[in-house]
Order: sequence, then structure tokens, then C-alpha cells
Amino acid sequence: MNENKNRSIGRTVLRDLVKNRYIYLMFLPVLAYYVIFCYWPMYGAVIAFKSFRPGLGIWESPWVGLKHFESFFSGRYFYRILRNTFMLSFYSLVFGFPAPIIFALLINELRHKIFKRTVQTITYIPHFISMVVICGMIIDATTSNGFISTMLSYFGFPPVNLLIKPEYFRSVYVVSGIWQGLGWGSIIYLAALTNIDSTLYEAATTDGATRFQQTIYISIPGIMPTITILLILSVGSLLSVGWEKVLLLYNPAIYETADVISTYVYRRGIVDADYSFSTAVGLFNSVVNFVLLFCANLLSRRVGETSLW
Amino acid sequence: MIQRKTVSDNVFDFINILIMCAIILMTLYPLMYVIFASISDPSIVRLKGGILFWPVKPTIQGYRIIFNGTDVYTGYKNTAFYVVVGTSLNLFMTSIGAYTLSRKNVLLKKYFMLMIVITMYFSGGLIPSYFVVRDLNLINKRMALIIPGAVAAWNLIIMRTAFASIPEEMEQSARIDGANDFIILFRIILPLSTSIIAVMALFYGVGHWNSWFSAVLYLRDRDKFPIQLFLRELLILNATITEDTLITRDALNSMYTKMLVKYSITVVATLPILVIYPFLQKYFVKGVMIGSLKG
Repeated sequence: MNENKNRSIGRTVLRDLVKNRYIYLMFLPVLAYYVIFCYWPMYGAVIAFKSFRPGLGIWESPWVGLKHFESFFSGRYFYRILRNTFMLSFYSLVFGFPAPIIFALLINELRHKIFKRTVQTITYIPHFISMVVICGMIIDATTSNGFISTMLSYFGFPPVNLLIKPEYFRSVYVVSGIWQGLGWGSIIYLAALTNIDSTLYEAATTDGATRFQQTIYISIPGIMPTITILLILSVGSLLSVGWEKVLLLYNPAIYETADVISTYVYRRGIVDADYSFSTAVGLFNSVVNFVLLFCANLLSRRVGETSLW
Repeated sequence: MIQRKTVSDNVFDFINILIMCAIILMTLYPLMYVIFASISDPSIVRLKGGILFWPVKPTIQGYRIIFNGTDVYTGYKNTAFYVVVGTSLNLFMTSIGAYTLSRKNVLLKKYFMLMIVITMYFSGGLIPSYFVVRDLNLINKRMALIIPGAVAAWNLIIMRTAFASIPEEMEQSARIDGANDFIILFRIILPLSTSIIAVMALFYGVGHWNSWFSAVLYLRDRDKFPIQLFLRELLILNATITEDTLITRDALNSMYTKMLVKYSITVVATLPILVIYPFLQKYFVKGVMIGSLKG
């Protein structure tokens, strides 16, 4: 009986392959791309469990089991980079996540069409500027006679170079992140806001609700699904801090707060050529991210109806 | 029903407008500063401590130095190559992927989707990816910046949604006329999807223009560097401008000139995007909206 079922499933698949042969043929390059550049590296991640020597290749290199993970967990920097990654993500989340939402709500209240469009157009610009340029500007503004120091001096503070003192890095990172993402991040929320049924607002006005009350009781619940999904995605990448920016901004003097998992992986892996170890760290990162994403999604499904899958 | 505007309404609107103006200023100021500083006398700029509302003692020395050297031309030439060739490959790959995934009655569609979505959340990591590129003999080749990023899953999903919304009748009438899938894709679907293709081209294009890390990772020859890498040298690594790329050494290695050139090259590298951007802004926004509402 089973044999018959399997045979008929196989036959259905075969029939489909023949019927849609051109479609499958067309998909081949894309399939090849994913296999080569996404799944082959996943297989290659197995070197995290070996003592990889490029000369020997992946197969011949000897197994070492969890040795690299152990040395990572017990290493001098484990706590530091884990803490930094988490703190940067966390602060970005706490300050950077609500900002575009509030901004979108405010934009939504603007009456003047042209002004509204101007604001949007201008605030989208930072998103298109390359990270190298942005970091160049940040470095420029944070030197001892840069913009920030000058501003501070008006309040009586002495000039300070913000990028050589560990305690300032998080603020620099988060604030510049808000500057970059405020406008672009608000697009999604604005789109969601326009999807809210306008009769809800009319009914609220008839009932005498103030604009503020309307925002709290109509607008925010209306975009809650969007907020939730984006929040889940942010939580899922809690441990993969935007390393491009960190890599461009950091220097050994501020590794104490600036070194994160991905920059550590880059330094140990590419610069120090400690391949197996660095892959192990990267693998750890991926797995934790995935677990976080899964949990966040589970939580959201428990609490409400929105989820990623 | 006309809503009567209360006093608090007006106050709020007023404050909102103030806030927006402040945000506009804070967004634009850094950019204006860089532009003004790039044509100002650097010794005076230095004294200003980061505050400039207009150019001071205008000079085009910075630009002259840049355009007399070779780095900018090399960088632009390479970046143009990566943008054009890269985006073309992106569009090609994303289109065929989106086409397959948007057809009904394709049995394996679900598994393909699953395969793609998994890669959005899980990857092998930096080192294994590096080794794949190495094993393909792509290190230090221009293709290393083009092939490994050929498909962005997010864009693929957006395009699939767009293709799926094309009415089935078109495809069916074409099939009745004897067209196979290649013809359907290229003669029917694509011409009907020009706006989504424009959006994709812009997303991918800007991505290529701004990308730098792949180049750091995979390229060794300077003559293959995209312009972002030269920018990085000057802005981040604080490299000294070398003799063979600029005029006189003592003028250039002086701190002031270095500062001036930093601003000038920033403007040179970013101006194209800033100029094109206002015209294409609505496409970008539409792209994000399609992606967010459906994806």
C-alpha cells in the first residue's frame, strides 16, 4: 500500500517536472546560487568543530569537537563582546525603535501636503548615504574640535574626543543610528497608518475624542501588527549588531565597549586567520539569533495574532 | 462634519511644525557642512569647530587635487562597473526566481520558498563564505563583488508578489497561443512590470554604489577598488595621500590639505546619489511599501 502511495507521489512530482520543465529550468541559476553561496557555507561551518588547515581542506582537517567553543566561552573577551553586542542592540532598540514610530505619527498629523512631502523627502536622504561617508562624518564631528565638542563648550564642558573614550561609544552609535534611520524607518509605519479605516477616526471625533486620544486608541492599535513584526525581527537580530558601522568607527582604545561579536569574528578570522575559532564564534552567533527570533515569534503568537510564520 | 479647531489643536500643530523644522535642520546640517567645508579654506574651517553656515574663503583646491590624481577616476570607473554589471545580474536572477515562485501549479514552489527563507535567518558565517569565494577562485577578481550577492531574498519576495498580481488571463492566453515560459516571462510579464523593475534596479544599484565591505574582504589590487574603498582610506584609515596620486607631497601631507580633500572627495562620491535621489524617491518609497504590506 505504501509502495503504491510513494510511487504515485513520485509520479505526480515527475509529471509536474515535465509539465513545468521550462519553469524549473529557468530557476536553475537561482537554485545554484543558493546552494553555492548560502548552503555550501553552511556546510563549511563544520570547520567550527575541526582544527581547520587550509592546506588539508575541510575533509582532512582533524576533528576537535567543542574545543573552540570551550575556548571561546572561557576566553578573556567572551563576556566583553557578548555584553557589548547585547548592549548596543538593546540601546538601539530602546531608543532607535520608537523614534521612527513617533516620527510617523507626527508626520501623519501634518496638514500641509507640500510641507509633509518636503519633510519626508529630506529625512529619507541619510538612508542613501554610504556607511563610509556617514562614519567619516561621525569621526569628524566627534574630534576634540569637532561639532559636538563645540556644542558642549557652550554649556561649559571641556572639549573631548568621543571616539577614544569607551564610555561614549554607545551614545555615538545609537544617536547616529537614529539620524540615519529616522526618515526611512517611518515609511512602513506611515503606510500602515494610511491603511487604517478613516471611519474609525470619524466615529471618534463624533464621540468627542481629542486628537491625542485618537492617536492612542486608534492609530497605535492600528499599526500594532506592523510594530510587532518589526519588533520581532529586531529582537531576532539582537546579537548581530550592525558591524559595518562598528568596524568603521572602532579602534583598539574603545574595544572595551565597541568590540562586538561580528567584529571579533572578523578580526580573529580574517586578520588573525584563526579560521576554525572564528567560525565557531560566528556559528554561536547565528544559532543564538535564530533561537531569539523563534522565542520572540512564539511570544508574539501567544500574546496576539501576529507572527512571522 | 467640520471639525472645530480647538486652541490645543493649534498649539499642537504649531509645535509639530517646529519639531519638523528642527528635524529637517538636523538632517541637512551635516550634509551642508561637508559641502561648504569642501570649498572652504581648511585653516579657517578648523577654527570654526564644526560650525559652518556658508563657505569661508572659497577654494577649489581640494577638488583640483582630487581630479589631478588617479584614485577618483579608478574608483568611479570600478564603482560604475560594479553598479551596472552587478545590478544587471541582480535583475536577471531576481526576475527568473520571482517568475518561478509566482507561477501557480508549480509543485516544488513551497520547498524553494522554504529554502530561500531559511537563508534569511541563518547563514554559514563570514569565514565559510570567504572560503567559498576563495575556492571558486574569485579572490581579488571583480566578479567577487558581483556574483556572491546576486540575489537578495527580500527583493525576491517583493518581485514575486508583483509578478503574482499580474492577471492570470494574460499567461493563459499566451499559452493557448503556444508560448512557452521563456516567452511569457520576457514578452509579457516583464513589460508589464516596469515599475517594480525600476524599484529593484534602484535598490540594488544603491546597494552596489555604497558597498565597501566585500571589497575589503575580497580585493587586493588597488586598480579594482570601488570608490567607497578610497573614501575609507581617506576618511577612516586616515591614510596619507601618496605621491603618485597627487601633486606636491609637502602641500598634500599637510594636515589642512588632507582635511580639505576629505570633504571634497566625500562630496564627489556622494553627489551622484544625492542628485538622482529626488527624482527617484517615489520609486524607493513605493518599493518599501509593497515589500512591507505584502511581505
